[in-house]
Amino acid sequence: MRRLAALAVLPVLFGAAAPAQEVSRSFGPADAPRRLTLRTTTDMDILAPTVVRFLATRPDLALDYEQWGSNDLFALTAAECRAGTPAADLVISSGVHQMVRLVNDGCAAPWRSDATAALSPALSWRDELFGVSSEPAVMVYNRDLVPPEEVPLSRFDLLDLLRPADTAYAGRIATYDIERSGLGYLFAFVDSQEASTFGALMEGFARTGAVATCCSSEIIAGVSDGTYLIAYNVLGSYAQSAAADDPSLGIVEPADYTVVLSRAALLPGPVAGPEAGALLDYLLSPDGIRSLARNHLTDAGQTGEETTGGRRVPIGLGPSLLVAMDQAKSRRFIARWRQTFSGAGAPDTSR
Amino acid sequence: MSLTARMVIGLTALLLVGGAALSVAALIYGRTAARDAFDRLLVGAAASIAASVSVEDGTPVVDLPVSAFELLALAPDDRVAYRVTGPGGGLLTGYADLPAGPAPERAGTVFYDAPFGTEPARYVRTSRLFAERSFSGRVEITVGQTRRARTELAWDITRRALIVLGILGGAVLIMAVVVIRTALSPLDQLARTLSARDPQDLDRLDTRVPREVAAMVEAMNGFMARLDRQLASMRTLISDSAHQLRTPVAALRAQADLAAGATDDRQRAQLVGRIHARTIGLGRLLDQMLARARVAHRADAVRRARIDLRDIALDVVESGDHTLVAPGAELRLEIGEDPVAVRGDALSLREAVSNLVANALIHGVPPVRIGTDLAKGARIWVEDQGPGIPPALRDRLGDRFLGATGSRGASSGLGLAIASEMARSFGGRLWVEDRPDAFRIGLAFPQDPA
Repeated sequence: MRRLAALAVLPVLFGAAAPAQEVSRSFGPADAPRRLTLRTTTDMDILAPTVVRFLATRPDLALDYEQWGSNDLFALTAAECRAGTPAADLVISSGVHQMVRLVNDGCAAPWRSDATAALSPALSWRDELFGVSSEPAVMVYNRDLVPPEEVPLSRFDLLDLLRPADTAYAGRIATYDIERSGLGYLFAFVDSQEASTFGALMEGFARTGAVATCCSSEIIAGVSDGTYLIAYNVLGSYAQSAAADDPSLGIVEPADYTVVLSRAALLPGPVAGPEAGALLDYLLSPDGIRSLARNHLTDAGQTGEETTGGRRVPIGLGPSLLVAMDQAKSRRFIARWRQTFSGAGAPDTSR
Repeated sequence: MSLTARMVIGLTALLLVGGAALSVAALIYGRTAARDAFDRLLVGAAASIAASVSVEDGTPVVDLPVSAFELLALAPDDRVAYRVTGPGGGLLTGYADLPAGPAPERAGTVFYDAPFGTEPARYVRTSRLFAERSFSGRVEITVGQTRRARTELAWDITRRALIVLGILGGAVLIMAVVVIRTALSPLDQLARTLSARDPQDLDRLDTRVPREVAAMVEAMNGFMARLDRQLASMRTLISDSAHQLRTPVAALRAQADLAAGATDDRQRAQLVGRIHARTIGLGRLLDQMLARARVAHRADAVRRARIDLRDIALDVVESGDHTLVAPGAELRLEIGEDPVAVRGDALSLREAVSNLVANALIHGVPPVRIGTDLAKGARIWVEDQGPGIPPALRDRLGDRFLGATGSRGASSGLGLAIASEMARSFGGRLWVEDRPDAFRIGLAFPQDPA
């Protein structure tokens, strides 16, 4: 973890020079005649059960599950696409804008089936990119430390909490580091497109010394152990998984608007493998969706108990997301992000 | 093959050829329309991006507008290529390796087709000039898009046009069949009328039919009229023959009976002589009846030619037929220098005039003269020095059996009937004239203008 203001030298978006997978594991019979490689940003804990259910229907198939950070996954897939040597059979990423860029660069193979045809137009693009989940971006708070009357139900409430000079939330609000997390960048980008609240929020974060860090699980763990009081723009799926184990975690879908993410799946290479297509079809099938729902990867519309049913803003798959990937745009966006924080008060370097 | 089938086949061929031409036109139109529609999107996006370029600290900066890409997303399944370059071609943002396209012009918008990756795409390039204190130069914006939506729209337009074309073509064909059947209904009506007719019925057909059919109906009416006349003359011939032959044949039998019963050689020879004379008369009667039938037939059947009546008169004199009727009789010719032209049939005319001559030789008083003049139409006449036909009979000139009542025995009276009928069938008439010490009988026709 690092303080936002301390960020300086990380390469933009495309990230580390030597990408490394975070977790890797094989499922299915070791001697299966066919093997699939699934690369995803999704935590293995919450996606693996669904994959295992799929493999139960295909005894001839084994699957290598590789979990990656979104920037690394994008860099690796793009490099393999340029080299013409796609190594993965199926890529599922929460960095949806990165996946759009990969499709726009011609890195994905088309896959057409009844399941993909049934997807809404916003959740498929060119029959090459498919939305396979439905996860809101939520605020997570610590029930033990945040008094009920202070629980923010919207971004405006959060701004109000940050406004007093002596606010108790100074330095105890966490969000994604948009430079290290593709998902964090995407959420911030969508926020900036959606409402002017975003600018005020950034300013508030900066003034109170909010924390930007990588990865949903770390942020949620921080809220759980009281390091942070509130986490902003956390993926609802992870939050709900964690809340199931830790009753002190409260979840709020912002009432002004709620961004809803559909993880994007693509089949790399010029030609799609039928096994990878079958896995994709399973994820879109009623049984697959039920399994995903059990692991909080799709929500039926009511996540947190405090939800007030705000306007839901789905992140549609399409060329508009290319703007998020634009070099100049992201440079400006991140520069403004940094600039906002560089003018803030001296960071608390104790954490 | 029926007329309807012919016209439908012809029309179908016409529609197919026209349809093929229109299909090509529709395809071209569809492609053009789709290209124009999506080119506007490209231009709109490029203009929107151009407007987002600003100068900050002496360098051009692009703040890519989402609206530009939302515009391009109206072609939902197409990949988007874009690039913004500063002076000297330095990349400001976007794809570095886009196809260059045609040589850039000074200012303005250029469209070009080039691939994007492996897919065919359509590009637009436009530029924006900056003249700021800190930065002066040109920023070029290139926006491209793959062609899926264009192709789809082009096919969609073409398909719709073809559907409309097909429906219209089918409707035209159906209407054409109805129209043709309606137009041809007079023919059907005619056919029904004809097939329902009694075989003996040769009356005129109703000519209140369309003009095109009227000609045919008129021809049919003419044909039936000729048929009717011939049938009538055949009937006349048959009844005349029966009527005329009965008396002489009865007389012959009576005389033959007498001859058979005669014991006296002299009486028998006398009877045989009478039978011989009767036979000759009967032969002439038969000749005349056949001649009359021939005249009646030729009047309808033979094409009319231009004939000089002087030639007819000359022919009759030179043929010498009259010497058979009255051996040693004199026949004088009186013709002028001017042609006496009529329209008719030479054979029939000669036959008729021969009959008049024979009548004059048999019944009249020599000398007999034959001549032509142009006094009241074109005329040919025969003259003798006798009193002529008794006035009581003149009103019945042309009636059959005229001679039988007042003849001197050998004539059947058919000669005048033949002449009169012939003259009528060629638009003329039989006329008689009393002259001082002479009787003239002749045929008058309308003169044929040269």
